[in-house]
Amino acid sequence: MTKRIYILLMCVGLWSSQSSAELTIEITEGVEGTLPVAVVPFAWLGAGKPPQDVAKIVSNDLRRSGRFDPMAMNDMLAKPTEPAQIKFQNWRIMEIPALVIGKVWLSGNPDFPYGVEFRVYDVFKEERIAALRYKVRKGQLRKVAHQISDIVYEKLTGEKGAFNTRIAYIKKLPQQAARPYGLFIADSDTANEQGILVSRFPILSPTWSPDNKKLAYVKASNLGAGIYIYDVSKQTQQRVTPKRSSYSAPSWSPDGKKLAMMLAKDGSTDIYVMDLQTREFKKITKHWAIDTEPSWSPKGDSLIFTSERGGSAQLYRYTFKTQKIKRITFKGRQNLRAAHSPDGSMITFVHLSSDRRYHIAVMELDSGLMRIVSSNSRGESEHESPSFSPNGSMIIYAANYPQKGAKTKRTGLVAVTVDGRMQQHFTDTGAGEVREPAWSSFLN
Amino acid sequence: MKQVVKLVFLMLPILLLIGCGAKEVKDEEVSNESVVVTAPDEQGASASEGIGMEGDLESAEAAESDKDLLAERKIYFDFDRSNVREEFSAVIEAHAQYLVDNPSASLVIEGHCDERGTREYNIALGEQRAHAVSKMLTLLGASRSQIRTVSYGEERPEVEGHEESSWKWNRRAVLVYAE
Repeated sequence: MTKRIYILLMCVGLWSSQSSAELTIEITEGVEGTLPVAVVPFAWLGAGKPPQDVAKIVSNDLRRSGRFDPMAMNDMLAKPTEPAQIKFQNWRIMEIPALVIGKVWLSGNPDFPYGVEFRVYDVFKEERIAALRYKVRKGQLRKVAHQISDIVYEKLTGEKGAFNTRIAYIKKLPQQAARPYGLFIADSDTANEQGILVSRFPILSPTWSPDNKKLAYVKASNLGAGIYIYDVSKQTQQRVTPKRSSYSAPSWSPDGKKLAMMLAKDGSTDIYVMDLQTREFKKITKHWAIDTEPSWSPKGDSLIFTSERGGSAQLYRYTFKTQKIKRITFKGRQNLRAAHSPDGSMITFVHLSSDRRYHIAVMELDSGLMRIVSSNSRGESEHESPSFSPNGSMIIYAANYPQKGAKTKRTGLVAVTVDGRMQQHFTDTGAGEVREPAWSSFLN
Repeated sequence: MKQVVKLVFLMLPILLLIGCGAKEVKDEEVSNESVVVTAPDEQGASASEGIGMEGDLESAEAAESDKDLLAERKIYFDFDRSNVREEFSAVIEAHAQYLVDNPSASLVIEGHCDERGTREYNIALGEQRAHAVSKMLTLLGASRSQIRTVSYGEERPEVEGHEESSWKWNRRAVLVYAE
């Protein structure tokens, strides 16, 4: 009984520490050639302070993408919130080509207590290029702000924005916590963090189902590692692989009906595909060396996986039709844990170079051209778990970097543009390590 | 008499471990975190207690060193390797002999890695390390049904730290006997 109370108290402790563990964004490397844009503070037609600073969220989103240079609010000569208040000359002289204005109000409707509208202008043509009005439910203003960012991004770059998306990640509290391992979900800017489950056993490798409704993850317990599926709306979890054996490294098929995974059996670790409906397994690779970390191609025709069959860990591609396996990485001491870009043209992976550090690299699959996109600006020795944003423009990964005066390193998330030119660190203020980020696909 | 005192002294850590074998609260799955080494077999103990003749001295010492080896439950590995280093052969032989002598005994072998490399690769590597030990035990006569392997990859380091002096303790297989 006393034990049980102890566990309960530890859980409460865990949860209260999480609420204070807000992630903050710090941009460490700026870039030339970004598009200036002014997101004017939105008018708030209500009493007191507005519940969310929508313009600030939009502005931060655009900056994070590495494509924009949002103007500082203090530098704005005027702060229009209505179309009639805009003097385009004010923005032309500041060489600001794009302008976003808007307002937030209380609607009096209990189901949709807020109203939001925004407008986007081409300053030089003096033309409106987007305008929308929203009815907003309680607690949904941040989400609407990310949707506005998506529209602004798409109108100004011609590509789909990926701000109104989510990331899943693992948080590890200090080992003395009763349940140190937690699975979390947050918005793409790491706000709105939400705990999914905690465990005393290691949890790893979270990955979204293609429809974003489920998360597959691994729990390494004393019954052997197993793959679990968490249903986000039902809030239920289920072990999908048999007990007393070791299954790990799940990757969803693009139709969401199968999982590719690693199964360790009699000392041999091979890739298998499991049909989630029939629970039948099909063996894909057969080699005494380690085969693991499959990533299913978005077209569904192949898997890229890590194998040490050549003597060191390298990436290989298995094609379902021909059942042939071909090595695809040749540079560096090791190349591991590939993840496909959403259009399937690229992969991102972990690259061990001759400096004995683990970097994040991207490779174009057609040409085989590879480049490192992470930088060691904070003295990091290890970068891992890269995941593409659903529009393919960014990669989020985990980095461990030294802390002043401490023997242990901190692990936190970093987002970098695919060209590697702009990176930002998400600094967790809590005690936990944040690791293994997985970016969702586009939300409906 | 001196021998008996020495023997009790040697068994003390084992007896202490048995005393600590309290069950922990479950987290959905069976708990095995309370590490328990099964008591050494009664016969072996009473045999070495039967002292009095000079000639017994040597065999008593042999039994003691076996118990020393049995108390050794961690096997360490080289970076990115899963082959058992020769220095650990004697430890594994002692455990194999124990399993042969005690067919009802069973154990879980945990495979662990240092933090370098990806987490999933290390789950696979930990599996290979655990299997390498398991294979040696069965080659030496232990039954496969007595042994289970699990891998924790790099998730449960023995020593926190980011250099070889910590890493070398984290690349390990741990033998955990069931109650």
